[in-house]
Amino acid sequence: MIPLSWFLILSAALFSIGLFGVLSRKNAVAILLGIELMLNAVNINLVSFWRYGDVSQMAGQVFAIIVFAVAASEVAVGLALVISVYRRRNTVIADEIDLMKW
Amino acid sequence: MTAMQIFFLIVGLVILGSALMVVTTRNLIHAALWLIVTLFGVAVLFAILDASFLAVVQVVVYIGAIAILFIFAVMLTHKEMRDRGPQLNNSWWLNAIISLLTFGGLFWMLQSWNGFSKTAADFPSSFDAVGQLGKALISPDAFVLPFEVASVLLLAALVGAVYIAFNRK
Repeated sequence: MIPLSWFLILSAALFSIGLFGVLSRKNAVAILLGIELMLNAVNINLVSFWRYGDVSQMAGQVFAIIVFAVAASEVAVGLALVISVYRRRNTVIADEIDLMKW
Repeated sequence: MTAMQIFFLIVGLVILGSALMVVTTRNLIHAALWLIVTLFGVAVLFAILDASFLAVVQVVVYIGAIAILFIFAVMLTHKEMRDRGPQLNNSWWLNAIISLLTFGGLFWMLQSWNGFSKTAADFPSSFDAVGQLGKALISPDAFVLPFEVASVLLLAALVGAVYIAFNRK
């Protein structure tokens, strides 16, 4: 059987890769792709803690479902914002969207 | 090393390799397609973990809805990004160091936890995980309130997304 540590290390690595994407990408859509990777790493953690703990306690899976819902709404709003900004300012590069920069 | 562990290692390598492609590849359509590979690998992990409902939901919601939404968004905005130099910003090496430090910190914190290398008990064969999950989601003693709040959040977010992206001209 697979030890819990393998799942935790895999999800930590996936989270770090997503963090790198969020910090380094110029394109706003690509930043949202990185956020999806980080949310998936969190889901792996939640489900593996459910499986390696008491399986009759469903909290891990329920939280993973709520993370699904939050990810879906975050993507919908984020991509709507990107498309709206693209329509008005003709750019999707995060450094150039500086309307609210003081 | 059992067959299950070898299978896990292959799936893990596919997930990490395709995730690296998501954050580094130049063409954003290719990045969205690599994201589909990553999400499918995570669905396989859910199946390994006996979370069958979540594995199906991962394929239907993440690959079927979110990844397709990304491809639509890339196609609606990609004209501007074609041949505009590097896709990573100037401080990417600093960001790589920050990410490696995050991974190192997480690893150090996890390996100092005494439940780190525990193995799972056998999955009880008569246990109906999907049925228990459904009951937990609608039972007033369990998670009905977070579940309803999540559905209201989803509705509000979708109405807001339509309002933001609506073209008034």
